Amino acid sequence: MLAGLLLVLLGLPLVSLVLRIPPAALLDRLREPLVLEALRLSLVTSLAATLVVVALGLPVAYLLAMREFPGKGAIEALIDLPMVLPPTVAGVALLTAFGRNGLAGHALGVLGITLPFTTLGVIVAQAFVAAPFFIGAARAGFTEVDRKYLDAAATLRATPARAFLAVLAPLASPALLAGAATGWARALGEFGATITFAGNMPGITQTMPLAVYLALQSDLDAAIALSVLLLLFSLAILLTLRLGPSRLAALVARARRPAR
Amino acid sequence: MLDARLAKRRAPFALDVAFQATAGSTTVLVGESGAGKTSALRLLAGLDRLDDGFVALGGERYADAALRLHLPAWQRDIGYVAQDYALFPHLSVFENVAFGLRATGVERGRLRTLVEEALELLGIAGLASRPSMQLSGGQQQRVALARALVLSPRLLLLDEPLSALDLQTRRAVRGELRALLKRLPCVTVYVTHSPVEALVFGDQIVVLEQGRVAQAGSREDLLRRPRSPFVAELVGTNLFVGRPVTSGPIVSPTIRTPEGDFAVDDQAGSGGVFLTVSPREITLYARLPEASAQNVFLGTVREIIPEPPAGDRVRVVLDARPPLVVEVTREAVGGLRLHEGMRIHAAFKATGVHVYS
Repeated sequence: MLAGLLLVLLGLPLVSLVLRIPPAALLDRLREPLVLEALRLSLVTSLAATLVVVALGLPVAYLLAMREFPGKGAIEALIDLPMVLPPTVAGVALLTAFGRNGLAGHALGVLGITLPFTTLGVIVAQAFVAAPFFIGAARAGFTEVDRKYLDAAATLRATPARAFLAVLAPLASPALLAGAATGWARALGEFGATITFAGNMPGITQTMPLAVYLALQSDLDAAIALSVLLLLFSLAILLTLRLGPSRLAALVARARRPAR
Repeated sequence: MLDARLAKRRAPFALDVAFQATAGSTTVLVGESGAGKTSALRLLAGLDRLDDGFVALGGERYADAALRLHLPAWQRDIGYVAQDYALFPHLSVFENVAFGLRATGVERGRLRTLVEEALELLGIAGLASRPSMQLSGGQQQRVALARALVLSPRLLLLDEPLSALDLQTRRAVRGELRALLKRLPCVTVYVTHSPVEALVFGDQIVVLEQGRVAQAGSREDLLRRPRSPFVAELVGTNLFVGRPVTSGPIVSPTIRTPEGDFAVDDQAGSGGVFLTVSPREITLYARLPEASAQNVFLGTVREIIPEPPAGDRVRVVLDARPPLVVEVTREAVGGLRLHEGMRIHAAFKATGVHVYS
């Protein structure tokens, strides 16, 4: 009974959202330059943010999973913080750090880099909120790989770098993919930090979620069309997560089966 | 030649083992689980760091605690086969065996030849393209060996290489593995808990007890002159430690042990000595024997164990002073109506006691 209530709570808004707009109208909306612009910007920034998070997050996740060092707990807390921080607070924090008058703003200015109210700023905001999702998943993935495979690689002349690339990363790949996908989804839906830190300028910082919010003020149908679009995207990511890496996941699950 | 002293401080006991081994020979580290065998092997491999001691292979220092020297495993000329083989589950058999060659940058044509030779050597050429996840235990063991041997290591480390196999496979693989190891030019260190494997594989046998060497020597040494209760049990004999009786009225040469006095043929000097009585030298009598056996002890039958399980001989464990294990035929068991709890005489001649210092 209670479970049914929750399912209604979760499902009804999604169903009603899709029911509100006929597919033909959705396609029409898609041709509007404002929508196209927001869609393009969202894809570019969220993918860039995901790349940044993966590139910088991999070594962090590796260290957290494989090594013990002083201050590890503090670093873990720091990495998890964006997950619980209200996104608008994250945006304000980013401003105080990387804004023109922020702590690191001047240094960035000297380098000719401006973050607030730029597309680059959008990417930074998205990376900020998406990082913990990827790092958490990647770390868990690394931890779950049995150490015996790394030992075997080491006794087969593999440098630590080679062991990482040829053994650890492939065996953790389902977790890495899942982490990257959830990070990407989080970046795609990012609103609070973006609008606070990067503003809401069409073509520059106005991503899909921001466009939805703006459209809601003037044109409900447009807002619904954009929302359905985002919903389909999220659904696609979810399905890829559920079905795509399943073969890999099965393989790794067998590898993790404890030895008899 | 391998020269090592492996020391590691670690609860519940400290490991401190020293031994040497020559190229082309197999040294077996044998002991009960928890004796420190795998720890010793990991220290040799460089997977763990020494707290004290050193590892030297053919004049090259791999590790030396005093010099704070520690070559990581990937810089050592070793082959290592883990207890459960640890084949890479995401790679085929061919790629598993090729892994080390790729890491050392062997060029492609030569790599293929070497891998094929290694697979051929282990009799698994037909498995090359199989995913490593689809192999039986015996096949996995061969792939793991091929993967280690393809690098022609100077030191081969085997951790319980047969224990993951079922009984039938184990017996078949044991003979093959022994023949293979005999042909290899490298130093082989073989870890096992099985006394049988120790005796089958060991040119040199190092018996570990609680992180220490209880005894080290050749197969014959251990069989003829066990020097600790564990080794005696391993080779299946009765071991006692005592001193010759030199004072008082001496009728015949006697050795006194905490468990009782033994009439012997020769006291072997005047210091502390070991003595063994083979279970086959002992005869059981329902009544006190009148025959010529100089050693007669009365005891209670505690256990009757067929040995081997389906064989025609039986081991009888006697609660007596001294405690004895006796080996008799099945016919004898029937003739004596032997059963647990029965009081019985065990007798053996003075010449049946082997004394050594």
